[in-house]
Amino acid sequence: MSRRLGMAMAVLSMSTVGLFAQGGDKPTDPQIAHIAYTAGTLDVLAAQQALKMSKNKDVRAFAEQMVGDHEAVNKMALDLCKKLNVTPADNDTSKGLAKAAEAKRAELAKLDGAAFDKAYIANEVAYHKTVNGALETVLIPSATNAELKSLLQTGLKLFQGHQQHAEHAAMSVK
Amino acid sequence: MARVPTRWAARILLGCALLAPFTLVAADQGKTPAKPAAGRVFQITVDKVSFEDAPTGIKPGDTIEWVNKDIFEHTSTSRTGLWDVTIPAGKKVRVVMKKIGTFEYYCKLHPNMTGTIVVR
Repeated sequence: MSRRLGMAMAVLSMSTVGLFAQGGDKPTDPQIAHIAYTAGTLDVLAAQQALKMSKNKDVRAFAEQMVGDHEAVNKMALDLCKKLNVTPADNDTSKGLAKAAEAKRAELAKLDGAAFDKAYIANEVAYHKTVNGALETVLIPSATNAELKSLLQTGLKLFQGHQQHAEHAAMSVK
Repeated sequence: MARVPTRWAARILLGCALLAPFTLVAADQGKTPAKPAAGRVFQITVDKVSFEDAPTGIKPGDTIEWVNKDIFEHTSTSRTGLWDVTIPAGKKVRVVMKKIGTFEYYCKLHPNMTGTIVVR
């Protein structure tokens, strides 16, 4: 995994501005699997925080969906890794994502009520935008195994749906 | 002789009371009808976070059956409020098309999933 890719992912996760790193070293399939799995797990953690802290019906429904969808797609990813005899490999991008998500959870923990709801949904829009950009420009083009590529493409469609759903939810928590 | 009609009337009333909930479910096009609707049944497969293109030749009174092959829950939601049904992962849900027209729908959970049904 290129250091540039990892750093760009971490920076984007925090700022959500700019372009995802292109070029440089291509991530391997085990690294791609790890990044995709980590991205899903981190969104489940964010949703679990929202379910603890929010009383807003729309926000809670969205968070419950994130838990269900990301856990389901991560199960598909694990099953595929098992079938292909691939061990997901930790890497700088996964580490950067986890670090940025931890910082975001700490930031959100200081909020409550409508301020939390607004910040959580805004971060969901930004987070999905970042992950979708990464899938489109780096992870899917870099994947060599056809089944992994297909799963990532389904994941992209799913996460693009989440991004749109979050954008709609953002209008109701203004 | 006079007691027989009374007994039958009581049975009919009891029968109506027991059947009432099913009648309500069948009338609600947002739920799977309790009894098969008149007309033909057309399937639309939901797979990989996409609605398959709707079949052609749908007429008023025909039924659309969405078959969700994904492991994610979806909805089929009419853009004009005609129907709004949840399609659980791995399940099928039916809606009767009652009117002639072109009807656009989407998934509320994944709004990038869209479809169009033409009833002629």
